[in-house]
Amino acid sequence: MTAVGTDQRQQLAYVATQAADARLNVEIETEGMTLNIGPQHPATHGTLRLVARLDGEQVVEAEPIMGYLHRGYEKLADVRTYPQVTTLINRIDWLGSFANEVPFILAAEQLMEVEAPPRAAWIRTILFELSRLANISLFLGDMGMQLGAITPVFFAFRDREFVLNQIEAVTGGRFHPNFDRIGGLKDDLPKGWIDETRGVMVKMRNFCDELEDLLLGNEIFEARTRGVGVIPADVALSYGLSGANLRASGVDWDMRRDNPCGLVHDQLDWKVWTHPDGDSFARYWVRLQETREATHMIEQMLDGLPGGPVMAKVPVIIKVPAGEAYVATENPLGVMGYYVVSKGDLGPFRVKIRSASFNNISVTPWVMRGVYVPDVITILASLYFILGDIDR
Amino acid sequence: MTQLSSTDTDTSAEAEPQPDERREAWAARLADSLGNGYAEHHIIGGSDLWVRVARDSWTDAATAARDLLGCQFFDWLSAIDWLPSPFGRDMDAQEDNPEPKAADPMEQGHAGGETRFQMVMRLYSITEHMGLTIKADLPDGDLSIDTLIGVYPGADWHEREAWEMFGIHFNNHPDLRNIYLPGEFEGNPLRKDFPLLARRVKPWPGIVDVELFPGEEDS
Repeated sequence: MTAVGTDQRQQLAYVATQAADARLNVEIETEGMTLNIGPQHPATHGTLRLVARLDGEQVVEAEPIMGYLHRGYEKLADVRTYPQVTTLINRIDWLGSFANEVPFILAAEQLMEVEAPPRAAWIRTILFELSRLANISLFLGDMGMQLGAITPVFFAFRDREFVLNQIEAVTGGRFHPNFDRIGGLKDDLPKGWIDETRGVMVKMRNFCDELEDLLLGNEIFEARTRGVGVIPADVALSYGLSGANLRASGVDWDMRRDNPCGLVHDQLDWKVWTHPDGDSFARYWVRLQETREATHMIEQMLDGLPGGPVMAKVPVIIKVPAGEAYVATENPLGVMGYYVVSKGDLGPFRVKIRSASFNNISVTPWVMRGVYVPDVITILASLYFILGDIDR
Repeated sequence: MTQLSSTDTDTSAEAEPQPDERREAWAARLADSLGNGYAEHHIIGGSDLWVRVARDSWTDAATAARDLLGCQFFDWLSAIDWLPSPFGRDMDAQEDNPEPKAADPMEQGHAGGETRFQMVMRLYSITEHMGLTIKADLPDGDLSIDTLIGVYPGADWHEREAWEMFGIHFNNHPDLRNIYLPGEFEGNPLRKDFPLLARRVKPWPGIVDVELFPGEEDS
């Protein structure tokens, strides 16, 4: 017995040393590995390529590589007229297209010193918030899919369709409305639209409740998002993060409340949601609350919609007086602004497009240092970018 | 969850100084802190503030805006080429080699300027809810300026974009290379003398949109 016992002990000791050596060897001999994520990974919402240098399961360095979708809108805007530019900028954030047009039109209106009639401003704000629903509802479902839950994304596509139908009923375009005009809107709302939209708002709130049930209490979802990709407020500000990403870091700032240039958010009763944690969960949570808030906003606007024309008196051929203007609004993805320089021509002299995702994604090399590979996907999903909004 | 949210949608604007007075105050504080590096400013009533500084005071201006004015939010950074386009606005292929149009005089925008290239950066204060745009002239022979990465790390990608689009060199930038364009791309597309080749090859059909409607005599 003793001999066997000794053998057993020896064997165990041997195995233990081997294992220790093996561990040691693994730690010593691991070479850095480079992992290419994308350009066609589902987590990239388009064609973002992420080159991650790994040490085992940890990311040492991650670098996004853009440009696969660069369309040169700033250069193209140099040779187009003002009404033609909206066709281009519709394609920047293609999930909430109408919201892209608004700051550009507001900047042009500021230069021309025309103001849209009240009804146009209200309908603009309604469509602006509908774009937010169309955009963020996809995020709410998609984030679940990135973390392995397929159901939310089906719900998102199902319910987003109702919002798109409403946008289509007004503008004629599901994805690229091109509906905003300098001085107002192309058309008024169709008959019966207001009642239908009220019904859709109820559906969207149910959708939010469903997702809250499905994901927020879910153990896996919490484990994979809580404490992952924490961005402190000062870092978020110095990188120019905006929108829900910034509010999830505890910064109470929303252009809709603080700089309501031209839109009517200041006449509504709503609140800005923030979360102190700054992690992926907080970003999801803030967006979920904002979606609900947007449905309430739209309902208030449907109730208080003023009458009157939807178009101010503007010349048929639009020449914008010389000058410079910068107008930014709180778009679904964050702050989007247009710096428009005019020389009194038919078209702008220079347009600088400040898109939200470009700044939001520029923080990835900072936030991904030292995270584990599965968290890369969580962070990318929770920062929520649209490639068209990065590459422009 | 009340502590997580804020409901103060209306600000007590009456009690505080009017925005334009605060903009004046901002400009004065920047001028104080920069001394000779400060050139001029321009305020559009009720809307915005433009400031122009010397090239050497570029990073100082950003630091002062962040620390003295509370502009913690880095909005964006870019450049602007004030050269009137030698191809005209339409850039259509009516002729193969267009005569260069008579050069219009270069006219810089708000807060003035003397040079063809200007840097532009936009900063924002989330506590005062005001932003400002800072410009700096770049002399033609030496298109370079100090990097802002030390002040705002988010300037990194914006500077890379300005580098490839305008050919502006950022001193001390750790990683100045193309961000959108392929590495071997030649030229700086957003310069006004860089032709838009798609338009040179084929006239754009959308040009009819700017013609008068039938019956419309004049705008």
